[in-house]
Amino acid sequence: MKLGWIKRINVMKVVLYALSYMHHDFSPPIVHPDRSSKNILLDLDNEVHISGLWHCQASKTHPTSIKSNGAIQKEIKEEEAMATLTVPTTVPSVSEDCEQLRKAFSGWGTNEGLIIDILGHRNAEQRNLIRKTYAETYGEDLLKALDKELSNDFERLVLLWALDPAERDALLANEATKRWTSSNQVLMEIACTRSANQLLHARQAYHARYKKSLEEDVAHHTTGDFRKLLLPLVSSYRYEGEEVNMTLAKTEAKLLHEKISDKAYSDDDVIRVLATRSKAQINATLNHYKNEYGNDINKDLKADPKDEFLALLRSTVKCLVYPEKYFEKVLRLAINRRGTDEGALTRVVCTRAEVDLKIIADEYQRRNSVPLTRAIVKDTHGDYEKLLLVLAGHVEN
Amino acid sequence: MRKGCSKFFLEDERQFERWNDSAIKSLKAEFKLFKDVVLLSLMHPWERDARLLKKALKKGPPHYNVIVEIACTRSSDQLLGARKAYHSLFDRSIEEDLASHVKGSERKLLVALVSAYRYEGPKVKEDAAKSEAKALLNAIKNNNGDHKKKAMEEDEVIWILTTRSKPHLKVVYEQYKKISAKTITEDLEVELLLKETVECLCTPQTYFTRVFDTALREDAKEDAKKALTRLVATQEDVDLKGIAAKFEDKIKERVKGAYKDVLLGVLADDRK
Repeated sequence: MKLGWIKRINVMKVVLYALSYMHHDFSPPIVHPDRSSKNILLDLDNEVHISGLWHCQASKTHPTSIKSNGAIQKEIKEEEAMATLTVPTTVPSVSEDCEQLRKAFSGWGTNEGLIIDILGHRNAEQRNLIRKTYAETYGEDLLKALDKELSNDFERLVLLWALDPAERDALLANEATKRWTSSNQVLMEIACTRSANQLLHARQAYHARYKKSLEEDVAHHTTGDFRKLLLPLVSSYRYEGEEVNMTLAKTEAKLLHEKISDKAYSDDDVIRVLATRSKAQINATLNHYKNEYGNDINKDLKADPKDEFLALLRSTVKCLVYPEKYFEKVLRLAINRRGTDEGALTRVVCTRAEVDLKIIADEYQRRNSVPLTRAIVKDTHGDYEKLLLVLAGHVEN
Repeated sequence: MRKGCSKFFLEDERQFERWNDSAIKSLKAEFKLFKDVVLLSLMHPWERDARLLKKALKKGPPHYNVIVEIACTRSSDQLLGARKAYHSLFDRSIEEDLASHVKGSERKLLVALVSAYRYEGPKVKEDAAKSEAKALLNAIKNNNGDHKKKAMEEDEVIWILTTRSKPHLKVVYEQYKKISAKTITEDLEVELLLKETVECLCTPQTYFTRVFDTALREDAKEDAKKALTRLVATQEDVDLKGIAAKFEDKIKERVKGAYKDVLLGVLADDRK
């Protein structure tokens, strides 16, 4: 194929557009580490692809290639559609936000409403910038200031929300390694509902914050079958493609069925499939399981309702293939004050508001015939309730 | 050039100078080593490691030491990069391939080693190091001889070696020496893979020295030479310089051509 001058100029135009997009339309901007001709690829339709983005710090919508027809734009819009966080179209400048927050703390008492209005409508990048600027301007960590001024559930919610998602996951995971009750579930929840890169960032944040690895702490603080399951789960870095091998799905469905029938729930192979396979592959395997053997795998894992390991295994499956159902249940139990998962409502709203809380809320309504926001209003009060509703995308009528 | 290489040629009855067959073979081998070193050095380190891992897995148990070498001598971010590259190249994760293809007692250890994302700071926990040295000693003593289970299958051993940071493991190693008559690597003579794991993590110089030594012997096999090639292409020169210096004479004596220059180049001060 001859690359005539017209074609070359068109390729150049697209590359320049893509670079401009990466530099100016991404927050934080992506700098391509290797801008050379070997990273500009043409496919059979003469569409331009830019490759070689391995080295970039991943933002939450990190692409490994950018297509010239703006496909990446579409992916971001889809992700935003599932989140409940609302950010105003014109956001005040960072210094304005910091000034307002400072005002909220000054004098007698605290202007919680102002805190809710600002922080409740800023995304992770914006919140990080606010924290950084606040520290530079006033010489104090915003979180410390919040800690001094606020208390109880509202304080916990604000502090958790203000954190960068990776730091938040690290903090939640660290707390979980120290607690005895339902802590295994939180570890599994973080390991299985985050994307491979999000889990990785959490592990990096853990290094920075606690001067050790999450894996060491999980290994040290869990035992027996729980450790056997949790350690590989938190260490995973799953392939995230959609490709599925149907033959493998058949073989592994059969394997799982055999082990479960033998009640070998913590068998190496069961753990291996759940902890290393991609989510798409696991989904295919479990679909095949149901088609071939009649039952949903979680039904077969209900042999002993009192067995805590089985409960964790069932939750693991849910988190991997239909997380919204898992989160719906966690919220339902939390709101009805059943179960021992303290702070679950705060945790779920904080960690999913920018991800898929809309889908979870839909599931909640479907199952409980009551909108999630209404259930929150019934169950909570004060500023805690206000911020929860803001994060859940509730609009005052 | 032909005139100068008389030892390669034999008198042939039809009166032309014929290549000595074994000489051809050895020349080919030397060039191949040079080619390998060049190709390995040119590839992006992440892709290179991903391909090395895939190849080792394909070739089977005698080559699993390559997996150990890569997983243990790379930094946390380098190993992570290899995992990312593996996704891109093979549409699978290295963990799932290892977990499904390795059948023997090494499986748990190898999967855990490649999944490691170790803390890299200097902070160590002295008390934990003491108890972990004891745990390792117990595991090794209990599994010596003809027991069914090997030390490398013990959960305690695996999580200590695959989650603790390298500085911490060095302290564990020191503590082990205090409570055992021998060093941990001496006690692990029977479990080669586990021994190499500990060496690569705590005393990589010992491992590198052994690779150099084995590769530069008179009767060195192909795999040994390949191991040296791999080391030279993948490790930092500064880590290998001291060792290469000890072997300078042997390199000059036993290695020929461009490959020799590459090996000696490790010694040079101004490389890269």
